[in-house]
Amino acid sequence: MSKFNFIINKKWCKTCKICVDFCPKNVLFLDENNKVEVRNIDDCTGCMMCEYRCPDYAIKVEVNE
Amino acid sequence: MAVHVQEYLRLDKMPHIWCPGCGTGIVDGALVRAIGNLGYNRDNVMVITGIGCSARSNAILDFNTFQTTHGRALSFATGFKLARPEMKVIVITGDGDGSGIGGNHLIHTARRNIDITTILINNSIYGMTGGQYSPLTPTGSFATTAPYGTVEDTFDVCKLVEAAGATYVARSTAYHVTLLEQLITSALEHKGFSFVEAITQCPIGYGRRNKMKTPTEMLKWQKDHAVNIKAASRLSEEQLEGKFLIGEFVVKNKAEYTEKYNKLKEEAKKEGDFNGKI
Repeated sequence: MSKFNFIINKKWCKTCKICVDFCPKNVLFLDENNKVEVRNIDDCTGCMMCEYRCPDYAIKVEVNE
Repeated sequence: MAVHVQEYLRLDKMPHIWCPGCGTGIVDGALVRAIGNLGYNRDNVMVITGIGCSARSNAILDFNTFQTTHGRALSFATGFKLARPEMKVIVITGDGDGSGIGGNHLIHTARRNIDITTILINNSIYGMTGGQYSPLTPTGSFATTAPYGTVEDTFDVCKLVEAAGATYVARSTAYHVTLLEQLITSALEHKGFSFVEAITQCPIGYGRRNKMKTPTEMLKWQKDHAVNIKAASRLSEEQLEGKFLIGEFVVKNKAEYTEKYNKLKEEAKKEGDFNGKI
């Protein structure tokens, strides 16, 4: 199980792709509607840059206890 | 305990009205995390805005909020701070709202050194009104009112408020979001007029006309052109050509306006009789 848990709010995502382009580990991808989707969750280092740079607050990264 | 922006949003106003990839949301996120980590009671926080894209922040932020007239947010904030000095007053303004329409209010609020935290979201354009160039639009850039490129020089708004008397001045970008959060935290904790310029991207109003069609290209531009002030002293003038500095520029202590004003008020009350003076 990954150390991190993603909560994605697809209704708020405006498909700007900032999170995908700046993810250092290529964890995030776009789905068929160009909205953000998590694929390689095991590679996530928890840098939080996707959550912090999301202009639409659509991503929440939680640390699994 | 990590703070997520969602805890401080008016959820009925979400999703917000900004265009895809707009940097204003990133700056507001940094502000909210700074407030959350400092542990301020949200009832003691007042967010005042003017008109424009940046001013829409007060629709989604769940603090005391007040939207005022174009460029005059700082004047309303001055009045509010004098009436309620115990409240934390934050002004969110834009490059057109703060340095263009409200440029005069900006320098005079800085001159008074009143305890207000101002965040100027510089997206290089008047976005909401249709892409007109602002005093901070880089020279040579295209806008709806500059179809052949603007010929005007720009303000260095950080130097402007520093010269006017601000006691905390800093700059960051939407790309350098962690630094931005740190600077906003220091600005909120500073006593006196604190000013943070946040350089952001406007892919729709500015980027599309200036060969940066996507938000990613605009964030890469910020990454490539920003130089931290700590590293700048080691670089030559040629290396700094076309770049801008980020980081903390001014931190100094000076008597604060509401304190000086209240002291004067108490002294005048003690004397009791105004007849001899007025």
